Amino acid sequence: MNYVVGTLAVLATIIVLFPLAAILFYLVYKGASSLNLDFFTHVPAPVGEQGGGMANAIVGSGIILTLASSMGIPIGIAAGVYLAEFGQGKFLANAIRFTADVLNGVPSIVMGISVFALLVQGRHFSALAGGVALAIMMVPTVTRTTEEMLATVPHAIREAALGLGVPKWRTVISVGLRTASPGIITGCMLAFARVAGETAPLLFTALGNQFWSVKLNEPIAALPLQIYVYALGPYDEWHRLAWAGALVLIILIMVSVTLVRIFANRGVLKGGS
Amino acid sequence: MSIKQEHGVSPSVSPPLAQVSPVLEPANAAVMPVEISPIRAFLNSRGSGRLADTSFAAIMLLCACSIFVIVLFIVTILVLRSHLSLAAFGWKFFTRQAWDPVAGDFGALPFIYGTLVTSMLALAIAVPLALGVAIFLTELCPKPLRAPISFLTELLAAIPSVVYGLWAVFVLVPVMRDVLGPLLEKTMGWTGFFEGPNFGVGMLTASIILAIMVLPIISSLTRDIMTAVPNSQREAVLALGATKWEMIRIGVLRNSRIGIVGAIMLGLGRALGETMAVTMVIGNHPEINKSLFAPSYTLASVIANEFSEATSDLYLSALIEIGLALFLVTIVVNAIARLMVWAVTRGAPGRAA
Repeated sequence: MNYVVGTLAVLATIIVLFPLAAILFYLVYKGASSLNLDFFTHVPAPVGEQGGGMANAIVGSGIILTLASSMGIPIGIAAGVYLAEFGQGKFLANAIRFTADVLNGVPSIVMGISVFALLVQGRHFSALAGGVALAIMMVPTVTRTTEEMLATVPHAIREAALGLGVPKWRTVISVGLRTASPGIITGCMLAFARVAGETAPLLFTALGNQFWSVKLNEPIAALPLQIYVYALGPYDEWHRLAWAGALVLIILIMVSVTLVRIFANRGVLKGGS
Repeated sequence: MSIKQEHGVSPSVSPPLAQVSPVLEPANAAVMPVEISPIRAFLNSRGSGRLADTSFAAIMLLCACSIFVIVLFIVTILVLRSHLSLAAFGWKFFTRQAWDPVAGDFGALPFIYGTLVTSMLALAIAVPLALGVAIFLTELCPKPLRAPISFLTELLAAIPSVVYGLWAVFVLVPVMRDVLGPLLEKTMGWTGFFEGPNFGVGMLTASIILAIMVLPIISSLTRDIMTAVPNSQREAVLALGATKWEMIRIGVLRNSRIGIVGAIMLGLGRALGETMAVTMVIGNHPEINKSLFAPSYTLASVIANEFSEATSDLYLSALIEIGLALFLVTIVVNAIARLMVWAVTRGAPGRAA
C-alpha cells in the first residue's frame, strides 16, 4: 500500500507537469518560427495578404495595462493599508477582507459585462473601459497581498517610529509600506501578470481594433483579444500570428512572474517573516 | 481637576483647544494662531497635525470601502439591465430549454447543463491528480526538488486562458478526434457517454482543458493546508507504528479534510466561470446531450460568444441575466470555500512558497 500510494503520487505529479511541458513546447516550436521583426513593427495585414504583425495590439495591451495599474494598484494598496493598520479586529475590516476574497473569484466575463453596461452601452467601446474592467480585477489581489505583507512587519519598528513622535500616516508610509515593499511589489506584479492575459473582460469593453489606435476613448487592440480572433479564424497565416502572439504574451508574463520570485526571495522580509 | 470642572459648567462656549491645554485663558484661546507654540507650528507644517492623520485614515477607509462599492455596483447594474428578461420569463428562465434569438424565446437550461457537466467532469479529473501532487510535495518529495516542482505547477496557473484555448484548438482537439475519442468509444461506448459523431470539440475536450486549468489552484491550496498540519500529529501517528501511507491518511488528510473540500470548491468556482478556453473548444451549441462528445455551451461561453451580436434588447437582457446568475453562483461557491479554507488555515503560518 505504501509503495502504491507513493507511485501514484509521483505519477500524478508527472501527469500534471506533462501539459505544462506540452504547452510550452508548442508555444516555442510554433511561436518562435513565426516570430520576426515585422511582428513587432507592423499592424495586421488585410485579410488574405501575407505578413503583417501585431504592433498595434502590443501597444494597445500596454496602454490598457497602464490604465488598469494606475487605477487598481493605488486603490488596492490603500485598501490593504486600511485592513492592516487601521482595521485590526473591526467587523468592517473583516467584512472587507472577505468581500475582497470573494471578488477575487468572480468570473472575469462578469466584470466585462458590468463595465460594458456602465461605460459602453449608449456610448462606444473604448480603451478606458477595458482599463477599468482590468483595474477592478486587480484591486482584490493587491489588497490582500498588501495586507498580508504589512502584517509581517514587526510591531517594534512601528512603535519605534511612533515613539519618536512621527505621525501615524508617516509611520505607515515610511516604515510599514517601505519595509513591506518587496512583498507588495510581488503582489502588484502577480496581479499585473494575471490581468495581462485576460481576454474575457476586454471582449465587450476594449473590443479590439485592426488598425493603429492609441486614443483612450476609441476601441483599441489588445494582445489576448488578437490571439483569440486569430486562433478561431480560418487562415493559416492567422494561426501562425496567433502562436507568435501567444509566445510574446507568455514571455511577458513569465518575465514578470520570475521577477516576482527574485523579489520575493531576496526580500528584506525573508528573515523576519 | 478643578479647572476641568470649571470648564464643564459651560462646555458649549469653550473652544476645543481649551480642553487640551486648560492653562490657557478662554479669551486668549479665541485668537488661536498667536498662541500656537513654534514647535507645534513646525510640526503642523510637516504634516504632524491631527488633521493629516485623520484625513489619511479616511482616505484609506474610502479605498477599502470601494471593494464593497464594486460588488454592489456589479449586482445593481446586472439586475437593472436584465429586468426585461426577468419580467418576461421570471424564474422559469432557468428551467426552459428554448434558445431562439429570432423568435425572442430564451431559456438557460442548456447552458446550466453544459456548465455543470464540464465543471464536474473537470473536478473529477483534477482532484485526484491535485491531491497526488500535494501529497508528493508535502510528504514524499526530496527537499531540493520541492521548490522547483511547486514553482512549475504554479506556472500552470500563470498561463492565460486564451493560450490554453489556442493550445487546445490546435493540439488537444486533433488528439481527441483521432486518438483518445475513438479509444474511449471502443472501450466505454456501451455506457452511452461516448457516442455519436466525434469532431474533437465538445464537452469532454472542454472538461480536460478545464481540469488542467483548475489543477494548480487546488494543488497549491491543498499543499498549503497540508503544510499547516502540525508535525506533532505526524509524529504521533508514526509513533503508534503506522506506515507512511497510514500516517498521511490518518495524520494529514483527516486533519485537513475541511480545507481540502474548500480548495476543491475554489477550483469549482474557477471552473464555473472560466470563459475563453472553454468557448474555443466546447463547440457552442445550445443543446442538452448525454454524449460527452457532443458540442455544448456554458453560461460564460454563451455570453462571450453572443453578447456582441445580441440584436434585440430582450436578447441582451437575457444574456445579462445569465451573467447575473453566474455571478451569484460563483459568489456563493467562493464564499463557502473561503470560509472552509479559513477555518483550517487560520492561525497557521503564512504560505510556504
